[in-house]
Amino acid sequence: MKFGIVIFPGSNCERDCFYVAKNVVEQEAVHLWHKERDLQNVDVVIVPGGFSYGDYLRAGGIARFSPIMSEIINFAEKGGLVIGICNGFQVLVESGLLPGALMVNKNLKFICEDVYLRVENNKTPFTRHFKKGEIVKMPIAHKEGNYYAPPDIVKELENNGRVVFRYSTEDGEITEEANPNGSVNNIAGIINEKGNVLGMMPHPERMAETILGGDDGRKVFTSLLEMVS
Amino acid sequence: MRAKIHVYLKKSVLDPQGKTILQTLHRLGYSNVEDVRLGKEFYIELDETDPEKAKLQLEDMAKKLLANTVIEDFEVEIKEEK
Repeated sequence: MKFGIVIFPGSNCERDCFYVAKNVVEQEAVHLWHKERDLQNVDVVIVPGGFSYGDYLRAGGIARFSPIMSEIINFAEKGGLVIGICNGFQVLVESGLLPGALMVNKNLKFICEDVYLRVENNKTPFTRHFKKGEIVKMPIAHKEGNYYAPPDIVKELENNGRVVFRYSTEDGEITEEANPNGSVNNIAGIINEKGNVLGMMPHPERMAETILGGDDGRKVFTSLLEMVS
Repeated sequence: MRAKIHVYLKKSVLDPQGKTILQTLHRLGYSNVEDVRLGKEFYIELDETDPEKAKLQLEDMAKKLLANTVIEDFEVEIKEEK
């Protein structure tokens, strides 16, 4: 299968994603420059982390108007698989592919640390290789990761299994202490209604090999492999 | 004409920066300060003479780009030419 990894000016996780796709899960991978309009027949689009457009105006607020984004929106509307990681998640909410917003962390700090996540939904194309309720470790590195949505939207997400990852303790408890950034209901990752667009603040691509501290994140990539023949 | 667009977090949304500033003002003795919201201001020069048209355009710009209406409200202010 073919992964396409978007590069905006200021992206900085595109090489990590490319490396995991190409060398860890051994698939075809290409970079997609933000000014292009050709998605090169990829099966999965990854919108990676970083600081697209220097986070000017709002994190992800300007990247969504890049030429490649209108193609990605069309691709997603036709059922194409899209993952937004960190800044990529911010771009997806700004573009309207996912609901809500990512606000400044409650403690106003840039947080860079490993966190535990509970897998809330393993019936998505991105999480099939996880067990439901599995506790996994992945790093976060962001200042705007405080997920917010109006109460009716949060209810819709919760009632339809659209919360995919939640910040938890090592034992899987959902507590305020385990919530690094103030996200409503400890939400770390959500999926769209159709189930083909995932946004998450933690970085699976940075936790894809044991030599780098763990390989829980690899399953996000391997889950996708059976999705396209 | 010149215009200003104010963008600030909605009342229903927690503003951690505004809250920290409020606490600091209280610490400085300004105990009658009840609320602080931190916002952004955009100063815009527009080649348009009709204030009605300008207002519509500025609102459109705010909705599309300058504000994230999921979490932010905005106000458009048009400066009269002297």
